[in-house]
Amino acid sequence: MTTIQLEHIKKQYPNGFTAIHDLSLEIQDQEFLVLVGPSGCGKTTLLRLIAGLEEASSGLLKMDGRVMNNVEARDRDIAMVFQNYALYPHLTVFQNMAFSLRMRRVRKSLIREQVEDAAEILGLENLLDRKPGELSGGQRQRVAMGRAIVRHPKVFLMDEPLSNLDAKLRVEMREEISRLYRKLKTTFIYVTHDQIEAMTLGTRVVVMDHGDIRQSGAPQELYEKPANVFVAGFIGKPEMNFMPLEASLAASSAAAYTGRKIILGVRPEHIHITPATSRTEQTEQVEQAEQVPLMRGHIKLKEMLGDDELIYVGNDEQKCVVLTPSREDLLPGENVRLSTERANIHFFDEQTGEALACRSF
Amino acid sequence: MRTWKRVSAYFFVLPCLALFGVFLFYPFAKTIYLSLYKTNNLGQAQIYVGLDNYREVLQSASFHNSLKVTLIFVFIVVLVSMLMGLFNALLCQKSFPGIRFFSTAYALPMSIASASAAMIFRLMLDPTIGIVNKLLGLNISWIQNPHYALLSVALLTAWLNSGINFLYFSAGLTTIDETLYERASVDGANEWQKLFRITLPSLRPILFYTLVVNIILAFQSFGQVKILTSGGPGESTNLIVFSIYRNAFFNFRFGTAATESVILFFIIFILTLLMFRSENKNNSPKKESK
Repeated sequence: MTTIQLEHIKKQYPNGFTAIHDLSLEIQDQEFLVLVGPSGCGKTTLLRLIAGLEEASSGLLKMDGRVMNNVEARDRDIAMVFQNYALYPHLTVFQNMAFSLRMRRVRKSLIREQVEDAAEILGLENLLDRKPGELSGGQRQRVAMGRAIVRHPKVFLMDEPLSNLDAKLRVEMREEISRLYRKLKTTFIYVTHDQIEAMTLGTRVVVMDHGDIRQSGAPQELYEKPANVFVAGFIGKPEMNFMPLEASLAASSAAAYTGRKIILGVRPEHIHITPATSRTEQTEQVEQAEQVPLMRGHIKLKEMLGDDELIYVGNDEQKCVVLTPSREDLLPGENVRLSTERANIHFFDEQTGEALACRSF
Repeated sequence: MRTWKRVSAYFFVLPCLALFGVFLFYPFAKTIYLSLYKTNNLGQAQIYVGLDNYREVLQSASFHNSLKVTLIFVFIVVLVSMLMGLFNALLCQKSFPGIRFFSTAYALPMSIASASAAMIFRLMLDPTIGIVNKLLGLNISWIQNPHYALLSVALLTAWLNSGINFLYFSAGLTTIDETLYERASVDGANEWQKLFRITLPSLRPILFYTLVVNIILAFQSFGQVKILTSGGPGESTNLIVFSIYRNAFFNFRFGTAATESVILFFIIFILTLLMFRSENKNNSPKKESK
C-alpha cells in the first residue's frame, strides 16, 4: 500500500527558473499514473522530486501520510528507470540488476534468486553475463527495467523510458510495461511527452504545461472531455481543429455566452467531408438536421496514411484538418463542405481557454 | 609519381625525426656506447671494458642503496601524489563558490619548477625558522636527519606531481555520466559506495595511465633532490638519477654514470611493460565474451 500526496509543491531553481508553481496531486496505490506534457512542462522535475533527486522549494511530499521532503533518495524505497538507462558500464547485467540489493546487504542466495526471477520475467536469462556495451538498445532497456523490478519497491518511477528506442521496439516495450504493471500490481509513475504512450499505458493521465497541471483523469475522459484548449490540442492526433465561433456557427444561439468570444473545437476524425457541388438541396437539408455545418473551403493537401488519409481544407479565413477513410473522389483544389455531429463539438472560452459546460448552442 | 609520393612523405617527418635524433636517439646510443668504456675527465671513451662497468655497478653497495632508496621514494611519491590528485579532484567535482580558486590552487604545482619549489621547502622545513616545525610544534631537522630526509623529498615531489594528477582525474570525473550517481542514490548507495562502485571503476583507464606516468616521473626526479638534500645526509636520498649526476659530474666517471642510466632505463622499461601486460590481461576476458 503506497499513496503519494503532493501538497502545494513548488520548485524554483537557483537561477530563478520556476519549474513547478503550485502543484497538488494525490497518487493512489497501484495506480499507473502518466505525467505527460511538452518538454519543459515540469514533468521530469516532478518525477525527480518524488525520487528524491531534487528538493522542493516549498510544499510537502508525503508517502503513506509520512512527510518525505527530507528523506534521502536511498531511503525512499523506490525504483527508477532513467531515460538513458543508467547502466553501470563496468558491471555485467547480473551485477547491474543485483546492485540495489547488494547496497541493501541482501543475502547472496536471495539476490541470485530475485535477479533470476526478474530476468525470467523480462527474458534476460541468457544475457546475465554480458556487459551493457554488448547489448542492443532494446536489451539495455529491458535490463534497466529489470534492475528496477528486482527489488519489489513501493513505487516505480520511469522517466521517458522508451524515448531512445526505435518505433517498432517502442510499441513492443510499451506492451511489456503494460504487462509488467498488471503482473506487479504496484504504483507506477511514468513520464512521457508521447501522448500515445500516455493514453495506452496510464490508468490516469496528468497533463502538465508550464509547471501546472492542466487536467488529470482517465485517458478516455481526457479525449472526450478536455478541460481546456491546451489539453484538447495536446491529446489526440492529429490535433483538434479550433475555430472562432462567429466564423462557423450562428452566434445568436449561444444566448448564455452573448458578448463572449468562444472557440469551437472538433477532432479531425469527427469531421465529415462532402464535395460542395455534387449534392441536391434535399440531401443537404436532411444532413443539416443531424449535422452542424462547419465551413466551406477547398482541399489544399492530401496525405495518405494507408487506409486513412488526412485532408487539409482551407479558405481565406481558416483551415481545418480532416481524418477520413480514403476518399479517391476528392482531389486537391476541389471545393468541399465540412460538417460534424453536434455531440462532437467542444466549446472553449477564448479568453481563459477553459472548456464551457454548455455543449449545445 | 608514386615513388615521389613515397619519398616526399619522409620529408614531412624529417624535422621531427631530426629533433628526436639529436636529442633522443643519439644520446641514447651514445650512453650505451659509453657504458662499455672507461672515460677520461672530459667524458671521452678511452678503454673498452665490455660489461665490466655493469658488473661493478651491480656489485657496488652504493648502487644497491640507491636502488633501495629510489624504490621507497617512488612508492611514496606515486602513492601520495595520486591520492592527493584524486582527493582534490573529488573535492572539486561539486560546484561551489570559489571552485575556480581551488581548482587553480590544486593544479598549480604543475607549473612550479621543481627547483624553486625545493628552495621554498628548504625554508619551510628549516629546523629553527621553518613554518612546518612551528605549526606542528615539533623540533625535527627534516633535511639533515637521515630518517626524515627521504620522506621530506618524497612528499615535496608528491605535491609537485599532484597537480598533473589532479588535472587527469578531474578530466576523468567529468566523463562519468551523472545519472549513474542518481541511479545509485535511488538504488540505496551511500557516498562511499558511490565512490568505490562507480567513481573508481569508471576512472580505471585513467588511473592506469596516471600510474604509469607517475612511476616514470618519480623515477626521474632530480631537481628537488639536488637542491634540498644533494643526496644526503650520507646517501639517504641518493636516488639513481642523482647518483648518475654525481658519478658523471663530480667523480668524472662517465662510464659508470652511463651504465647506471642504462640500468635505470631497463628498470622503467620493464616496469611499464609489466603494467601494460597486467592491464591487458585484466581487460581481455571482456573481449572474449563478446
